[in-house]
Amino acid sequence: MRGFEPRDREVAGTRMDSGVSTRTSTKAYARLPKGSQPPSLYSPYQATVKRAPLKPLIVLPHTLSEITGPIFGREKVGEKDNDLTCQHAGEPLGERIIVSGRLLDSNGRPIPNALIEIWQANSAGRYRHSGDQHPAPLDPNFSGAGRTITDEQGVYRFITIKPGAYPWFNHYNAWRPAHIHFSVFGSAFISRLVTQMYFPGDPLFAYDPIFQSIPDERARERLISKFDLETTQPQWAKGFKFDIILRGPEATPFET
Amino acid sequence: MKPDMDLVPTASQTVGPFFRIELTTDEHCIRCIAAPQANGERVWITFRVLDGDGAPVNDAMLEIWQADANGKYNHPDDAQAKQLQPGWLGFGRIATGEDGSCVLETIKPGRVGDGAPQAPHLTVAVFARGMLKQLYTRVYFPGEPANNDDPVLKLVPADRRDTLMTRSDPARPGHWRFDVQLQGERETVFFDV
Repeated sequence: MRGFEPRDREVAGTRMDSGVSTRTSTKAYARLPKGSQPPSLYSPYQATVKRAPLKPLIVLPHTLSEITGPIFGREKVGEKDNDLTCQHAGEPLGERIIVSGRLLDSNGRPIPNALIEIWQANSAGRYRHSGDQHPAPLDPNFSGAGRTITDEQGVYRFITIKPGAYPWFNHYNAWRPAHIHFSVFGSAFISRLVTQMYFPGDPLFAYDPIFQSIPDERARERLISKFDLETTQPQWAKGFKFDIILRGPEATPFET
Repeated sequence: MKPDMDLVPTASQTVGPFFRIELTTDEHCIRCIAAPQANGERVWITFRVLDGDGAPVNDAMLEIWQADANGKYNHPDDAQAKQLQPGWLGFGRIATGEDGSCVLETIKPGRVGDGAPQAPHLTVAVFARGMLKQLYTRVYFPGEPANNDDPVLKLVPADRRDTLMTRSDPARPGHWRFDVQLQGERETVFFDV
């Protein structure tokens, strides 16, 4: 269970589109603003073409099943799981970095005790995965996976190596911009987020259909971490800031 | 009120092809939701994920969220006057194999909600390479009288409801099958949440 103060519960009649009312306590979660999320179908990213639903999605008023979700305990995370540079006998090759930020809900409230998982390529742009055939070297000292739990202020911190860009087969001469995959749990199953964090100034952004699939420019930019001198440690590692916002309950009563 | 642009939820990006190195390692998969002592009817659901050509999707991850046998969620916002089973989390995470399938062991959930209760169901989030954001669907059990009154099933056109129903395996009691058809004639119903 989370160690934070439970927010006010709204126990109220919840009218559903079907006209059926439930008496379960239901918080209101706002719909995602238009353009802030990629569509399921985005043909420049070819793999979406056969994997995106083509029939209309059914708009679902939120029930208890949507506004609840798994809350993990600290036992899910080992003490050093957030340091990807110390998982082997030696240090991995590449540029050592610190990636840190805050996990907030859409009301600006910090989300403490939340599980964040990351995975990434090594500094040469190679994943430790049997499916990655990029002819770049594996690093015996780098697995490229880690996890942590946010602290009471919703802050997380990873130590890792800056990943390299890597080629893929989506289109001619396709390269993914350097990125770290993030998996984040909020308090509701509909707050669940899997995303990718990028690095400032990457020349590959303009050519990357995964990044470009997000319609809103500001929403794209928010996936780009910022170099941060405060996070940077002298003589040791550069620091990058990456804040993550998850859907949170609204202050207003639920209306569909 | 217009939301503060800086507090707009972060955009989703695909889980990609290599999530197995963290999300679904043997240690991080949760293939069995219900501990051996959990009350309820034990079920095994074989999920199969298929693309628009009917080809198996061998790099998908499914996350499952469900109530316990009493229909109670392990969550501070579940105010139903019900006792949660000790040790119940209600979360599963499985990854498809080469044939696009994976098996979840759990117990059949109870009805959720004390006003107009929902029929027993599991909520499923589908992630895969080629999916820029997760899709949400639900798994229901055919033949449940409660299905007729389920407020969510009522929102689904009648001719598509059966895509949300598990199919029993007559030869193996307790075993069920559920196809997640991403596209096509029998496309699974997905929900805009």
